[in-house]
Amino acid sequence: MNARNQKKPSRRTPARPTAKPAVAAPAANLRSGAQCVVDGLVENGAEVVFGYPGGMILDVFNLIGAAPIHFILPRHEQGAVHAADGYARASGKVGVCLVTSGPGATNTVTGLATANMDGIPLVCISGQVPLHMIGNDAFQEADILGITRPITKHNFLVRSADDIPLVMAEAFYIASTGKPGPVVVDIPKDVQRQMTAARRPEAISIRSYNPDVRTDLAQVAKLAEAINKAQRPVLYAGGGVISGNAAPELLELARRADIPVTTTLMGLGAFPETDPLALRMVGMHGSFAANNAVQQCDLLISVGARFDDRVTGRKADFATHATVAHIDIDRSAIGKNIRTHLPVLGYAKPVLQALLPQVKARKHPAWHARIAAWKKEHPAFTYPTSDKALMPQYVIEQIDKVSKGEATIVTDVGQHQMWSAHFFRYTRPRSFLSSGGLGTMGFGLPAAIGAQLACPDRLVVAIVGDGGIQMNAQELVVAVEHHLPVKVVIINNGYLGMVRQWQEIFYQRNYAAVVLGRNERMPVERIATQRKPEYLPDFMKLAEAHGARGTRVTRSAEVAPALREAFASPQPWVIECIVEHGANVLPMVPPGASLSEMICKFA
Amino acid sequence: MKHIITALVENKPGVLARIVGLVSGRGYNIETLNVGPTQDPDTSKMTLVVPGDEQVLEQVLHQVSKLVDVIEVVDVTRRRHLNRELILVEVATTRHSRAQVLELATLFKARVAAVGEKSITLEMVGDRSSVEDFLRLLKPYEITDISRSGLIAVARGETA
Ligand SMILES: Cc1ncc(C[n+]2csc(CCOP(=O)(O)OP(=O)(O)O)c2C)c(N)n1
Repeated sequence: MNARNQKKPSRRTPARPTAKPAVAAPAANLRSGAQCVVDGLVENGAEVVFGYPGGMILDVFNLIGAAPIHFILPRHEQGAVHAADGYARASGKVGVCLVTSGPGATNTVTGLATANMDGIPLVCISGQVPLHMIGNDAFQEADILGITRPITKHNFLVRSADDIPLVMAEAFYIASTGKPGPVVVDIPKDVQRQMTAARRPEAISIRSYNPDVRTDLAQVAKLAEAINKAQRPVLYAGGGVISGNAAPELLELARRADIPVTTTLMGLGAFPETDPLALRMVGMHGSFAANNAVQQCDLLISVGARFDDRVTGRKADFATHATVAHIDIDRSAIGKNIRTHLPVLGYAKPVLQALLPQVKARKHPAWHARIAAWKKEHPAFTYPTSDKALMPQYVIEQIDKVSKGEATIVTDVGQHQMWSAHFFRYTRPRSFLSSGGLGTMGFGLPAAIGAQLACPDRLVVAIVGDGGIQMNAQELVVAVEHHLPVKVVIINNGYLGMVRQWQEIFYQRNYAAVVLGRNERMPVERIATQRKPEYLPDFMKLAEAHGARGTRVTRSAEVAPALREAFASPQPWVIECIVEHGANVLPMVPPGASLSEMICKFA
Repeated sequence: MKHIITALVENKPGVLARIVGLVSGRGYNIETLNVGPTQDPDTSKMTLVVPGDEQVLEQVLHQVSKLVDVIEVVDVTRRRHLNRELILVEVATTRHSRAQVLELATLFKARVAAVGEKSITLEMVGDRSSVEDFLRLLKPYEITDISRSGLIAVARGETA
């Protein structure tokens, strides 16, 4: 791929959008900057806004009550961003949040970085101290532009109310086009109070930004030829298939050319995992069949995935026999991690559409026989059963069963996240929402609230750990006050389980700072061994205190009935499952090892 | 290999920080950097010298060109191009060495910008290799201060 001259095609766009009002409007047509913000939200399609007020954004909040939107007050700005993110992941629309300057803005940082890593469209409006005070360490001033520059797709500081209508339109445009991402719009308080006659521009064109990538047809033809020749092809699908709404085309391609399909964590739902062609997930916690197929294939077709290090394992040994084809909208993602023989720049959907008519119907019986043998050797996925303890994996299986595979699953980060990927079989895009790139604990509950707002009629189940839920548990109030029937399944293993697993395997079982229960704490924690409450925190009381229903489950037989009752209810419900403490996520590729060196069982 | 990259960018506050932050945030070094306005007051031209292999360079080009405020990025190293750098260099001189330093200056068409009792300050403009040669030959003398403008470059027509 010739990257030497990257001329953006948009340079041919002649007109530079003007920030100044085209005609001088009469005074009656003047609007305040704050009004332009609120109108801008509505004009650009925001239906739900997650906002938390404060001094520097009060002018906007003063008008928000009159806007035709659904306003949600989270209980922490991080919750606001994750909720907007969950809303965006579930709906494909832009998630919107509104926060104040300083601490309000800095509280959004983790949420923005989470969305940025996973390519989720967000617009976050933050108040800022007045222009003349910027740089003076004014009360509640933070350089949020500087702070968020590396963790957003773009950000703006608005210096005049005249610019607000244009910037609002550009922010939504940038967030939702190309590879989507979060955009911050920082607006000083005096700018919110200025009057302007500026109006929303008729059309948006930014000369230095052109997301209209033409499908590279010459490369598509080469790829078709490679597919028609391949003996052992594998499709490897990522989040780009979901954000690009290309799941139907992927299915058609796989069926026509008889290609087995594996997905990344972000790609779960891009291909029906109940289909015989499904290899299930690839990577560090991928299936034996998927990892072996990737290692042994002669053609690896990546669609909207980015060869993340959690997927490839040791890069030098990744898919060494394969011609690697990479379909991606992000030119910088192609060839970044893995040598690519067949780059195809373009959106997943049009690329696959162009590819399909050139691909011959084929069968690969020998290849599928090898795959079937791998599937038989280590079926995806299994776990050691126990007649005493409740196994965490069993809980996830039951969620699949009781919801008939129809739930939208939103996870937090940790072991439960991987078990959610393994033991629920995803068949629909946007039915598995998870912080893949950043791995943000505290994401699950607020994101589930956002997802439920986006899909009021769906069963939304947050699957969280006893550690992660405590990072944003306050958001339960929001589910209760808005009568959102979110179900929160807490996989309570008494540990920061995923970290405990790493300590077990790589740190000689030195369980430092991962015990959430009262026993086995480190001496340096200086916790007296007096009697403490059995449950700390008591999640049933936590549910009750927030006005949600709660059920605690300790035995396998109780799981399905508890889920059935909760799933049938229109109320938010916390289902706490006290599970086996020491369960591990398997198979596992140790960090730095090759995909061929999987641990499938512990001694 | 050192690459000379030029970037045409929107002339807006924060664009420089965006580019520098992106390049340095990914662990790539910027050896020199120069920014100035162009014939269009709405745009600026940046010239960066980035050491690194082909892969490093590809990533820098891709990442920089992805920034919303960047209009065009070119690796001019592989094209017909002109590059220049201005340096101001102060050299400690003795009665013996002064003549030798001046002789070097003449050879490289460097101008004497200032003369002191024990030093001489030279101003030199040249392309990358002549600046490097000049500095190499000045090494035996004691360089007491130096300031470099950073390389600037313009591409000239079709690929060489
Ligand atoms: C904000 C944040 N801090 C720390 C981590 C590191 N981390 C990854 S998994 C994990 C443990 C999660 O424990 P828990 O929520 O109980 O889930 P489990 O692994 O037990 O299912 C930790 C601490 C993280 N991913 N995110």
